[in-house]
Amino acid sequence: MNGRLAHDALRAKHSWRSTKSVLMSGLMLLAVVAVAIPLVAILWSVIERGAGIAFEDFPAFFTNEIPLVSRRSGPGMGPAIVGTLLVTGGATLLAVPLGILGAVYLHEYGAGNKFAKSVRFMATVMTGVPSIVMGLFVYILWTMRFGYSAFGGSLALACLMLPVVIGSTEQMLRLVPSHLREAAYALGASKSRTIVTIVLPAALPGIVSGCLLAIARAAGETAPLLFAVGAASAFNTSLFDEANTALSVQIFGNATSSFVAAQDRAWGAAFTLVTLTFLVTLVARIITARFALKR
Amino acid sequence: MITAQPKLLEPRSNNRIAVERRSAPAIDNSPVVFDLEDVEVFYGAFRAVRGVSMKVHEKQITAFIGPSGCGKTTLLRAFNRMHDVIPGARVAGKLQYHGIDLYGDDVSATEVRRRIGMVFQKPNPFPKSIYDNIAFGPRVNGVKGKAELDVIVEKSLRAGALWDEVKDRLKASALGLSGGQQQRLCIARTIAVEPDVVLMDEPCSALDPIATARIEELMRELKNRFTIVIVTHNMQQAARVSDRTAFFTAELDSKNDQRTGILVEYDATAKIFSNPTDERTENYITGRFG
Repeated sequence: MNGRLAHDALRAKHSWRSTKSVLMSGLMLLAVVAVAIPLVAILWSVIERGAGIAFEDFPAFFTNEIPLVSRRSGPGMGPAIVGTLLVTGGATLLAVPLGILGAVYLHEYGAGNKFAKSVRFMATVMTGVPSIVMGLFVYILWTMRFGYSAFGGSLALACLMLPVVIGSTEQMLRLVPSHLREAAYALGASKSRTIVTIVLPAALPGIVSGCLLAIARAAGETAPLLFAVGAASAFNTSLFDEANTALSVQIFGNATSSFVAAQDRAWGAAFTLVTLTFLVTLVARIITARFALKR
Repeated sequence: MITAQPKLLEPRSNNRIAVERRSAPAIDNSPVVFDLEDVEVFYGAFRAVRGVSMKVHEKQITAFIGPSGCGKTTLLRAFNRMHDVIPGARVAGKLQYHGIDLYGDDVSATEVRRRIGMVFQKPNPFPKSIYDNIAFGPRVNGVKGKAELDVIVEKSLRAGALWDEVKDRLKASALGLSGGQQQRLCIARTIAVEPDVVLMDEPCSALDPIATARIEELMRELKNRFTIVIVTHNMQQAARVSDRTAFFTAELDSKNDQRTGILVEYDATAKIFSNPTDERTENYITGRFG
């Protein structure tokens, strides 16, 4: 061959290896499709059945009170939207700062000590506590003394969010490369200064993702709110007084009703909840992009 | 002050590294910045460096050379208490900075690091703008006014020989710079806090020869203002830029099978590279070992 390559030396060889490659690629594609089907199906059915109801006589669905008699048709989820914003907002204000501060302690200050280890363990265990148990806990601790209120719901949701926020934030802090910390230390920055100006901004996008996930999960929680918030049908903008309601609670109540009008309202509420979660995520992403470090 | 034109010494053998002749008398007259006496560094129970005694002089470049694992970087990090942040790391012996024990009870590591800056092996700019990278140190030290910061940023970038390349994009991310530019940015960032000493841990090992030459040129300029200690794997670099050179090697402890770094020889760079006292130094610089 005089030192030249044989004609088919570089040609792909059909072997068991290439067959396996094709097979596995096919399986992975199948898995992606299998994951996408329920996702698309849920979104589609919520939009198809909910959007029309939510936008009928716009903005009546978003501003009217919930009909007291559930067989009566017509719009109204306003109080539930206000309630969801109050309950989830309150929970976020409670859980996010606490969770981030807790994670900063666990990762930056408590590394290796017994107290931090036991807190981390308990947070992990708390992740697995069913939400209805959390609702019961808040019912006994708060609702039985102070009655129904949006804040009771906030407490229950905050308890659910806290371990998620702690866990994801700590994970993100772990990913901040140590050479960034060293650079800050070498310039005479104290530990706290380094954490505030370098470590947290570097981890910010990840922390926000974790918090958003927690918020989105909390916004859809129903069981604990049944215990703590009640199911009012009139507007209640107070965080601490009187029974309130939430979209998730209304979805549950209306969907299980035997009246078509109520079922329609449940679809509308479902659509509203999905849209709300999407909007919150979008806004948070835009804000994060402003504050995130330059890549 | 170096006024003499650089001349090359007659090489004694082909393996010898050419050293620029320096004005030798200035070397010992300049004040002592670091005074080490029997310094040891431990990582937990492992002794990484032992028995180092030496004096580092003001406004000179002192180079640490030696094979990998001989404790050069470990010792360098002891100079500005970077070991404090590593769990289990500990420094023993006497390490005085201008006559003050660096590891004394009432000495704050942050105060130490404000005066003794460090440039790392891998360029490590913050994922922030070029401007914010330089301004970080001054801000930590309490400089707030924008006008004042602007002046510091320009001055530092000029001193870091980077101003002309970045003056039009100070707000752009520092991570968009090339490796060599990033390292010069890190040097500029270090000198922005007006330190007394600049420690450099193999600052050119991740750079190409042209970027390396620029940084070396920069070091020679900075020497007029700062005391510089540089760790380098590159003997030619030590020969080119330093006034004094310390040669380290690792010694195997037969009892526990661990390698501990020791200081073999420390002298004027010209002496180390032309007429070393110790045989191990001679072997290393002629390339017979390491």
